Amino acid sequence: MFTPNTPEDQQAMLAKIGAKDIQELLAQIPEKFLYPALDLPKALTEQELTAHVHELAAQNKPLKNFIGAGMYEHFIPAAVPALSSRGEFLTAYTPYQAEASQGTLQTIYEFQSCMCALLEMDVATASHYDGATAMTEAALAAVRITGRKQVVVSALLHPHYKEVLKTYTRHMGITVVEAPVTDKDVLDVAALKAQLGADTACFILQTPNFHGYLEDAQAVSSVVHSSGALLVAVVNPISLGVVQTPGAYDADFAVCEGQPLGNPLSFGGPGLGVMTAKKAYVRQLPGRMVGIAKDKDGQRAFVLTLQAREQHIRREKAASNICSNEALCALNAVIYLTLLGPQGLKEVAELNLERAHQLANLINQKSFHVKTFSPFFNEFVVTCPVPAAQVIQKLEEKGIAAGYDLGGSELLVCATEMRTEADLQAYANALGGI
Amino acid sequence: MNEILQHKLSIEKSAPGRRGVRFEKTQKPASAYLPQNQLRKTAPNLPQLSEFDTVRHFTALSQQNYCLDAEFYPLGSCTMKYNPKAYDVLSALPGFTGAHPFAPQSAVQGTLKLAYELQELLKKITGLSAFTLQPAAGAHGELTGILTARAYHDAHNGQNRTEVIVPDTAHGTNPATANMAGYHVVNIQSAPNGCVDKAALKAALSEKTAVVMLTVPNTVGLFETDIEEIAEMVHAVGALLYMDGANFNALIGLAKPADFGVDIMHLNLHKTFAAPHGGGGPGSGPVGAAKHVAPYLPHPIVSCENGQYTLADHRPESKNRMKAFYGNMAVVIRGYCYLRQFDATTLKEIAENAILNANYVRACLKGKFNAFFDRTCMHECVLTPPDPHTTGVHTSDIAKRLLDYGFYAPTIYFPLIVPEALMIEPTETENKDMLDAFVAAMERIYDEIQTDPQVVKDAPHNQPVKRIDEVSAARQPNLRW
Ligand SMILES: Cc1ncc(COP(=O)(O)O)c(C=O)c1O
Repeated sequence: MFTPNTPEDQQAMLAKIGAKDIQELLAQIPEKFLYPALDLPKALTEQELTAHVHELAAQNKPLKNFIGAGMYEHFIPAAVPALSSRGEFLTAYTPYQAEASQGTLQTIYEFQSCMCALLEMDVATASHYDGATAMTEAALAAVRITGRKQVVVSALLHPHYKEVLKTYTRHMGITVVEAPVTDKDVLDVAALKAQLGADTACFILQTPNFHGYLEDAQAVSSVVHSSGALLVAVVNPISLGVVQTPGAYDADFAVCEGQPLGNPLSFGGPGLGVMTAKKAYVRQLPGRMVGIAKDKDGQRAFVLTLQAREQHIRREKAASNICSNEALCALNAVIYLTLLGPQGLKEVAELNLERAHQLANLINQKSFHVKTFSPFFNEFVVTCPVPAAQVIQKLEEKGIAAGYDLGGSELLVCATEMRTEADLQAYANALGGI
Repeated sequence: MNEILQHKLSIEKSAPGRRGVRFEKTQKPASAYLPQNQLRKTAPNLPQLSEFDTVRHFTALSQQNYCLDAEFYPLGSCTMKYNPKAYDVLSALPGFTGAHPFAPQSAVQGTLKLAYELQELLKKITGLSAFTLQPAAGAHGELTGILTARAYHDAHNGQNRTEVIVPDTAHGTNPATANMAGYHVVNIQSAPNGCVDKAALKAALSEKTAVVMLTVPNTVGLFETDIEEIAEMVHAVGALLYMDGANFNALIGLAKPADFGVDIMHLNLHKTFAAPHGGGGPGSGPVGAAKHVAPYLPHPIVSCENGQYTLADHRPESKNRMKAFYGNMAVVIRGYCYLRQFDATTLKEIAENAILNANYVRACLKGKFNAFFDRTCMHECVLTPPDPHTTGVHTSDIAKRLLDYGFYAPTIYFPLIVPEALMIEPTETENKDMLDAFVAAMERIYDEIQTDPQVVKDAPHNQPVKRIDEVSAARQPNLRW
């Protein structure tokens, strides 16, 4: 069905090749391996497949979502998928032939520019796999730059990010240690200061942290830099509509999960690894970057550049092994930010802030306690009178995804602009029944 | 579109106060909720465009791309096969796109079931014992695989295994991956027939070898006929055989890598399994492992117990996690859709026709653009141009000239062992007419090389921009507005 050659075509082609049949072309493969038995289900027609996959999708239960914890449900304007799903973008590949790929290349340049503007950083790459791998590669760059072998992370770094970091570094002689947090669910800056040593390559700061609270990034930045280590910031891109930027607190690398910018949850993938840095570190960045060049007539044109960092040139000496990235997700992000502009971004960030605070207020009126002693953006911790798992189960029965189970009685709850005031009330009411 | 506007950046079309989306007004400003020191000081320099401006801008940009939907895209090693439209629609069903990775598992049974079924199908067609869908791309799959091998060796007193052997035909991601996994890379030269030089491999193998990474078929488009013997050599020193499955399109339905003795491999759903390439990604690079290695694949993997699907985090032997969440589901769904459209009799037609098409192009161009290794190839052929020392015309010029004739260029200058390489992978979804048109364009370029080489060297002539001076971009990098 996907092979358009007719038997007559095949005969003509074989004649040109000088082979009697297709099997003759397979002589390189030892015969005993050829045509193994395959126990595959019946092949579906497009119509059957469509019905079957609709049925699978219907087995996912739509819940009013109050979960964040690294992936956030936001409004996606219709123009975003309408534009990014154009075959001209969707079915192209890496723009190796720049003259025939100016569309993709310019969108990447614009993406890099938007990321630099959003995070107030100097340079950005074309994208990485997700927030966790972008963060990890930033830490690896910090190790290369400083020649130091220890990476310190906040105890309230996303637990999956910690695991990815450890997976990538465990065999490299790099140690990962955690800096403690206070009972206000933010970093203990004094303890951090004591922990940073002459072998600390970087400190990884996540703000808002995994519990949703904003860190005193300025204070962290100065203790980190006074130890000679680099600061890697992990941020929430939507929060930057209102919250101070990594550039403002002098981060050396700033990364984020870019999914909230115009990309659906999609069970956590594809994500969009956003990787930015100070200009001085541009040659240490992993993966592709697009820059401005001139064509023969002196006209502005866009090309992949600084490729001497990359695996296809440097092989085992490359900054990273990354090849394919998340270009289409980056395209969604740049279309999203172009539609919103600075004003729309500020509005959506304010709406997140307000909805989360409204929800915190409503929850606090029940026998549930919201930890509100540190500032938060769109996510916060609730102490429940019963195990969080029980709350999640009870609310699921009411069509609500209550939050992320932090263990014991603690629940991580998120409200984005997608939750209306009626949704917030319904959530609070559902808690009332517990 | 207007000539002057056409090449502008969005920021150059921006006017203060314009915008495309507005949101509900809040009751209070941000300062009511956050302390002063947490607030952003200056607004970001993002473009200010109406929705209509934005649509025009990106539509116009899309029209400056060659793409598979419109052009033959014979990019070797990338398997640019048709991306069925049904899969775009199905992968975008709200039931899938709205699923949160931390939703109660009872609420995401559809996604989990689909992932589980794909794991099972991949096991069947490769013969391997377990698959993870976690990796986000081929290179990410390689790293997953090599770290899996490392975990296996760590558990089998293999801490002294410090080397990974990589042939010189390997894609750059292979040695880069081995290095990222903390191994020393041992490069070995290929034999004169383009395959692994067994003597060189034997000399390189030792009790220090952790893994041998092979691409099968390799990047010159040839199958390693002695693969079974090679696997035995690798296993004899206690090392593992890793197969880069980027080229699995040549084998799908025809042969199972597990039968060759492969211990670990990755597949590319954005190649063999018809998922679109998205201008550079996202991809998906599932990794499979033979029984003895399977426990060391990263966690989690979808499992099924009593008809309930779970992302099981209880895999005691596996400490690794490769990304924050399980797999690029939007791509995984497409891979699943693709496999469900074939059965045992039709699956092999993919590989057979891919091989037929590549050999047809090779045969048609013989005498003008000769295969570097002049023998039957698998799914791709690696050709060379007439000697640039006499013609003055290089592969890069030929690539640009192809654009003028309405074809995207093949992969060029790879593999590195072939000088001036033109690596052509037509895929099975192209028909003979398209291949004939491509061959005709190549023949015309061949004639031009003899009669009017300058027209080739000055190409392209009809693209949105003329030949770009790539070096000019690196001199003083301008990477943002
Ligand atoms: C042989 C081979 N291995 C690995 C890769 C890397 O795959 P990805 O780009 O999906 O990371 C490629 C990509 O083109 C390839 O051709």
